[in-house]
Amino acid sequence: MYRYDQFDQQLVDERVTEFSGQVARRLSGELAEDDFKPLRLMNGVYLQLHSYMLRIAIPYGTLSSRQVRKLAEIERVYDKGYGHFTTRQNLQLHWPALKDVPAILRELASVEMHCIQTSGNCIRNTTSDHHAGAVPGELEDPRVICEIIRQWSTFHPEFSYLPRKFKIAVSATEHDRAAIRIHDIGVQVVTNAAGEIGYEVWVGGGLGRTPIIGKKIADFVPREDLLAYLESILRVYNMFGRRDNSYKARIKILVHEIGAEDMRRQVEAEFAEVKTRGVLQLPDDEVARIEKYFAAPAWEDLSDDVPEIDALAAKDKGFAEWLRNNVSAHKVPGYSIVNVSLKPIGLTPGDCSADQMDVLADIADKYAFSEIRVAHEQNLCLAHVRKRDLHEVYQALNASELATPNIGLITDQIACPGLDYCNLANARSIVIAQRLSERFSDIEFQKKIGRLHVNMSGCINACGHHHVGHIGILGVDKKGVEYYQVTLGGAADETAAVGDIVGPAFTEGEIIDAIDTIVETYLGLRQDGEIFIDTYRRVGVQPFKDKLYATH
Amino acid sequence: MQLIKNGSFVQDEWTTLADDEALPASGPVIVSLERFNTEQNLLLAREGKLGIRLKSGQEPTPIAPYLDRLALVALEFPTYRNGRAYSYARMLRDRFGFKGEVRAVGGVLRDQFFYMSRVGFDALEVDDNITPEAYADAVSTFTEVYQPSADGRERVMSLRQRLAAKAGQHA
Repeated sequence: MYRYDQFDQQLVDERVTEFSGQVARRLSGELAEDDFKPLRLMNGVYLQLHSYMLRIAIPYGTLSSRQVRKLAEIERVYDKGYGHFTTRQNLQLHWPALKDVPAILRELASVEMHCIQTSGNCIRNTTSDHHAGAVPGELEDPRVICEIIRQWSTFHPEFSYLPRKFKIAVSATEHDRAAIRIHDIGVQVVTNAAGEIGYEVWVGGGLGRTPIIGKKIADFVPREDLLAYLESILRVYNMFGRRDNSYKARIKILVHEIGAEDMRRQVEAEFAEVKTRGVLQLPDDEVARIEKYFAAPAWEDLSDDVPEIDALAAKDKGFAEWLRNNVSAHKVPGYSIVNVSLKPIGLTPGDCSADQMDVLADIADKYAFSEIRVAHEQNLCLAHVRKRDLHEVYQALNASELATPNIGLITDQIACPGLDYCNLANARSIVIAQRLSERFSDIEFQKKIGRLHVNMSGCINACGHHHVGHIGILGVDKKGVEYYQVTLGGAADETAAVGDIVGPAFTEGEIIDAIDTIVETYLGLRQDGEIFIDTYRRVGVQPFKDKLYATH
Repeated sequence: MQLIKNGSFVQDEWTTLADDEALPASGPVIVSLERFNTEQNLLLAREGKLGIRLKSGQEPTPIAPYLDRLALVALEFPTYRNGRAYSYARMLRDRFGFKGEVRAVGGVLRDQFFYMSRVGFDALEVDDNITPEAYADAVSTFTEVYQPSADGRERVMSLRQRLAAKAGQHA
């Protein structure tokens, strides 16, 4: 993975000094909370319901075991011994004291980490595929271009006070695990007829109040021009994005108002100008320098058939279940990708304790080249594990409640922190996620249902990506009472779609039964080989409406 | 309000005229784009330096043909959160090659001086509580920069290349 050189480290250290000064000015009273707000918001410090929250950047979701141990230590010393992984591959601490934030930043900087641009109206952490570098069919490791984007976007002087926040995601396989079409910019690695690597660019995707799937505005941007192209999009957005209403300030609204064609034309015109100056061209040797950091580990020459693992799976049902459901194919024979579920039945989706993080760091050191990934579904991943080690890895994970065999199943829900933590929320998400997880805890039944993504947000800001869940649940407030609105048919991958609202919202007491009804309706309608989303796309919303509202 | 020009706290020699204010016979004046559009000939023929003040939403392309006759362009920040003028300043410098003063007015926070100095502002109208020490501190926060901008600073990527080339020579 990428390692800081003297320049990267110096920038992060200088940022720690700067922010420490800003915190000192706040604590001494020189800065009022109102004046401090824009400063803390450039550094991932939010004021939530009960305390400050600190969001730590995990660039493109890749962590070393050393970093994971440091995060565990920070959670123990400065927080309540756990953290929460987010849909943007970051980690949130929900209970830090403001006075401790400078010390936390120093600790982070000591392992090449930071909180830079994890909030505020700037370019946020660039996210990517958690299977990068391991998955078959990848055109290049997307993290190389992510790191290049990270550096270009860090303290970008022109784009630090944008109309609204700005999120970029990169995918390098046809199957999109990075949800690029719901990002402000989605970058898809492609090849042209000559076999050269380049980038397809999608713009104007986003969720929130106005969910919109991104539009493709470039079919092939050569690698050396990608930063110039991104800068052109950002300039058009910075100059023409709306600033009169924060709900209409995201780039998706600009693209929606002027149309994708006009957006393309404006970006192309700007691109022509930026290219003329030539200063943003990517030099090959810098790309090569960064590529070296993401070079494949030293693979062993292994057979893909591992009979001893098959034998263990035949004896150990839990292992077999986990193997079938949480382990993905690797591009190298004899290796697997291990997906680590952070969705144990009845607990908070995405939470991970300091003890679990230490266990993961140990497992990664012993079996997975010391690397741990964060998935946008709020799970973790060990990207390169020898097949013959799978049983030992399973046992180690299982001993720490990290082997729930539910990746991609109904209990593997995405959920925002909701009203338990967040001052924007209208309703609780965690308790609903927990009850749903308990209702569907039977693994046999989960398997029967098959792949089904349930996403839940506690308010219209959609941090839990409810619009793009196969089943989406949105918490709303009606005269002080929590209600839950259901959408069906959303998707975040290459078939991205915004779900359809099924009808009037359900009460807290009704919502779990409503999900049950949806699942039963689907099971009754599905044809051979279909998963929920296939059936939904075939039959539409009506049969679900009929069942849901006939009984109410 | 105080004026910082090229890093020094200086007396402001410019007068910003309201649209209905009489044009003085001489001396440097700043007028709105609206006034410039209606009184262009008079303003350009007048003795004394001329500056134009652009509001957020008035991007600089329309005044590009007159830039060689302007000594100053002031760019408004209606609030510190509205960052349009960062792009305007960059365009004035990089695209149109404007050599005169580019002045930031309005919501200009201490913690933004660094960014403003990078995109091409050489003059900042700041609150009275800003001290020279605070200014010096703010603009020197970061030793190196990751991206090219109007200040012409060498980006880290090129520094790395130069270092690598140097190391190669010694090897």
